[in-house]
Order: sequence, then C-alpha cells, then structure tokens
Amino acid sequence: QLLQLNSRKINNSIKKWRRTNVFFVYFNYTADIISTVEFNHSGELLATGDKGGRVVIFQQEQENKIQSHSRGEYNVYSTFQSHEPEFDYLKSLEIEEKINKIRWLPQKNAAQFLLSTNDKTIKLWKISERDKRPEGYNLKEEDGRYRDPTTVTTLRVPVFRPMDLMVEASPRRIFANAHTYHINSISINSDYETYLSADDLRINLWHLEITDRSFNIVDIKPANMEELTEVITAAEFHPNSCNTFVYSSSKGTIRLCDMRASALCDRHSKLFEEPEDPSNRSFFSEIISSISDVKFSHSGRYMMTRDYLSVKIWDLNMENRPVETYQVHEYLRSKLCSLYENDCIFDKFECCWNGSDSVVMTGSYNNFFRMFDRNTKRDITLEASRENNKPRTVLKPRKVCASGKRKKDEISVDSLDFNKKILHTAWHPKENIIAVATTNNLYIFQDKVN
Amino acid sequence: MSQKQEEENPTEETGEEKQDTQEKEGVLPEKAEEAKLKAKYPSLGQKPGGSDFLMKRLQKGQKYFDSGDYNMAKAKMKNKQLPSAGPDKNLVTGDHIPTPQDLPQRKSSLVTSKLAGGQVE
Repeated sequence: QLLQLNSRKINNSIKKWRRTNVFFVYFNYTADIISTVEFNHSGELLATGDKGGRVVIFQQEQENKIQSHSRGEYNVYSTFQSHEPEFDYLKSLEIEEKINKIRWLPQKNAAQFLLSTNDKTIKLWKISERDKRPEGYNLKEEDGRYRDPTTVTTLRVPVFRPMDLMVEASPRRIFANAHTYHINSISINSDYETYLSADDLRINLWHLEITDRSFNIVDIKPANMEELTEVITAAEFHPNSCNTFVYSSSKGTIRLCDMRASALCDRHSKLFEEPEDPSNRSFFSEIISSISDVKFSHSGRYMMTRDYLSVKIWDLNMENRPVETYQVHEYLRSKLCSLYENDCIFDKFECCWNGSDSVVMTGSYNNFFRMFDRNTKRDITLEASRENNKPRTVLKPRKVCASGKRKKDEISVDSLDFNKKILHTAWHPKENIIAVATTNNLYIFQDKVN
Repeated sequence: MSQKQEEENPTEETGEEKQDTQEKEGVLPEKAEEAKLKAKYPSLGQKPGGSDFLMKRLQKGQKYFDSGDYNMAKAKMKNKQLPSAGPDKNLVTGDHIPTPQDLPQRKSSLVTSKLAGGQVE
C-alpha cells in the first residue's frame, strides 16, 4: 500500500519519491563500479567516483522559475581521471585507483574544489569553467602558429569572444606518502584550511596548502601486530567545532577527540559504546557491530553510525547508548552464516542525513534503500531499479517478508539479490533530492512537488 | 548434529535446514547461524573476529608482481605483443605478467566514464 502523505509538509515527513534522472552505464565494466557519491555544499553539483579512478560531476540545471514542475535535473558537467593504478615497487604491491571518498570544499571563488582519494594518495582538484577565449592576436594565427612578422601590416586589439562552455579539471595539490594502510576517510575541517585523512590504523591532519608534511593525530597501531584487536573504519570532523573529530572502529565504538587536549589524540575525550549483553554474544557479534560509516548531523548535536544491520543516532552528550536505533534489514540476522560465507557480511554501507536532520537514509541489498523519519518514526523501503520505474513515476514502497506467508508484492528474504547492493547514497543539503548508486548506475530521485 | 548439505547457492536455505536450526537453538537466530557455521568449518578460530581476520583486512586487495619481470616485459612490448595475462592473475611467472594494460578492463585516461556517456532519462 502506498503511504498517504501530505506532500506540502516539506522536510517533516517522508515524501513520495519519483525518479528524475537515471544515468546508465551500458556495459558492465569493472572500472565503472561507483565507489562514492557526494553533493557539494550548495547541492548544485554532484560528484561520483568509480573503481576506475574516474570522477564524474553532474550539475543541476538552473530552474525555470515559471514552470517549476520540478527542480532542475542533473546533467554531466565534467569528467576526469583522478587517480591511476600504481605499483609500489618496494613492497611489490598494486595500488588500486578506485576512488574511496570525495569531499567538496566550500566555494570561495568562481572555481570549485574537491578532494578525492584512493587507498594511498589524496588529490585536490580544481574545476573551472571557461566560456570565453581570446581572438585576434597580432603575432599568432587562430590555431596558435606564429605568423611571419613581416606579413603583419596592421595592428588590432585582441578581444574575448564567447565559446562553448569548457569545464577543466586540474590537480592542484597531491598529498602522498603519508599512509601505510588503506585510506578509508577524508574530512574537511570547518576552518576550511585543514583536513584529516584516516587509514586502518592512523589519522593524519593536513593543511590544504602543504603537501610535504602532515601531522599524525591518532595512531592505534600496537607495538606488536599480534595484539591488533581493532581498526579505524571511518573518521569525520565536527561540522562546527574545528577542534573536534570522531573516529569509529571495527568493534563498534566511536571515539570523540579534542585536538586542543594534546597533539596526539590517542586518548579520547569521549567513548561512545552501546553495552552488549554477554549472553547474546556470538561469533558474528563483533563483525556485525563494526561501524562502516559515521556522519555528524548538520546541527552538530548528533552523529549517526551504520553497522551491518542498523543505523544508530547518538547524542554527543550521551556516551553510554544511542538515542535512536533503526533496523535496516533485521531479517538478515538469520542469514549470517551464508552472508559470512559469501563475504557480504563485510559490506560497508554508508548513511546520510537530510538537510534538516529529520530523515536518515541508508542502502541495503536487492537495490533497496531505506529512509527513517526521526520525528514520525515511520520508515520506508524503496528500490532503485530500471525495470520497475519509468521516469517521473512515483516509487512504490517495498516490503521484505521475513518468514511465513508472503503477501502479494512482498519479496521473500531468499529471493533477495545480494549482488545488488546500495552502499553509497547522498542527500542534497537543502532540497529533497537524493542520489543513490547501485553497482553501475546512478539514480537521482526528487520528491513529488504538486 | 545432522549433516548439513553442501549449498550450491549459499544465500538459499532449504526448508529442511530451517527446521533443523529452529529445533536446535531456537532462542536466537544469530546463535543458530553460529552453530551452522561451526558445523561447516570446525577449525574456525576460537577468537571471533580476532587478529587473523583484522590482519587479512589490512592486507585487503594486495596483488603482487615482480618488478623485474614487469620492466623486462615493458621493454619487450615495444617489439612484440605480450601474451595477455591468464584469468588467474596471481600465478605470475615468466611471460604472464600483470601489466597495467592487462589488469581488469584497463582503459586509457582519455576515455570518459561510461556514466558520463550514458543515457539520461
């Protein structure tokens, strides 16, 4: 059944969603698996990174205010090769070019800047537009060849003439050689001058202008690697306090650190951990408690974590348990054995907030994704798929039947396709527009405007 | 414990198995799953999610290559075509060397992402 919702109440409830853009990849090249999706601060641009090291940026069309059936659609704006595969000769290792994360800088001038990272190297890219070119040089032909000076008989002033818009991407900084282990997160500080990069065991602090030095601010590598019990899984700066950041671990804990306390933030200021009943502990407990993503709310008051089966909202003022817990796909708890065998139990799902922090979203299997409304406590399951949706049709909510008699239109757990996973989702910072990445395709949905 | 059938598709459960596990540790589905796993792999480590698992994670995705062979192959490639790397790229000896060109679906940098060239609906 469709949820009946008043679609005029913007931001306060889960809306009906409809598909506006779908970007298809025609061939199933491994290189095209989307590995990250991120809106910029205004929401006008949407960047995707893929397994082949490429970045594709989409731009929202400028709205026609008069006929606003919908907000502008997204079209390809720029595409460039951010990272190439490399070889570490010393260790005889291949370094993948897959883009793990993209983070936008806030816009300061006409150009746009973003950070993109693979396992080892972070790059600052400048994306700028050119829509004019100079013409009418005295000493050069239009194609750039120099003219014979003796043939120049008149003088003219070169002028700028309009040209077809060209979007150029150029690497401005390369931050390399600072990570022994694989980088999983980058986060730009609210001071807009520094950023952090986190790998499995260490977190480094960089200045955006300085590439040959970074400060190590967290190091959890044990003296004896045999004693290794947990790794860093994600890290993020607080949106407002430039001295505060958090990092999550494979054991389900989140540590909040204050850089004013000491140069090396090995000792946390706060430790967020939900107590577990020891009698419930199983072989899988630690694995499914591993946090795959941590995101501060826009307000900075809360943070959200994603573990294998749930999304948890934490109040920064309360360390001993989350304030809200949402089950993403609890029916998988009775499938953990199979999911361990096919490695799906190690899938790293991300999560995101909407602009007003009232709704959170995360992906699941079978190309399903889930939204939870924190105020109404309602949740919805939607599907990103080509078959069921024509453009502009309203998405129909889905339901998974965990056990027993399956109702019409429900999908049984056993028919879920675990190869169709939605790991990356993003929500426009201001509007109800979402970007959802399936393995090869990017879907953009917006809510239904009357 | 009753014998577990070798599952062809690990994500499907037969009705029989469901019944077995429900009889066994019906209290928690998670514990039932653990029992299933231990039955399949009795040698599975005592320490759940311990050091071995983490070490494996730290080394995720490492592919080894021989830089000497690689450079020799690069020099050779100017003259003749290298035999392309076989499906199992971990077996690298002699001429079967993973060059950047041979590794998964390598494309030149000038080719735009399919996402950029794809259809917009």
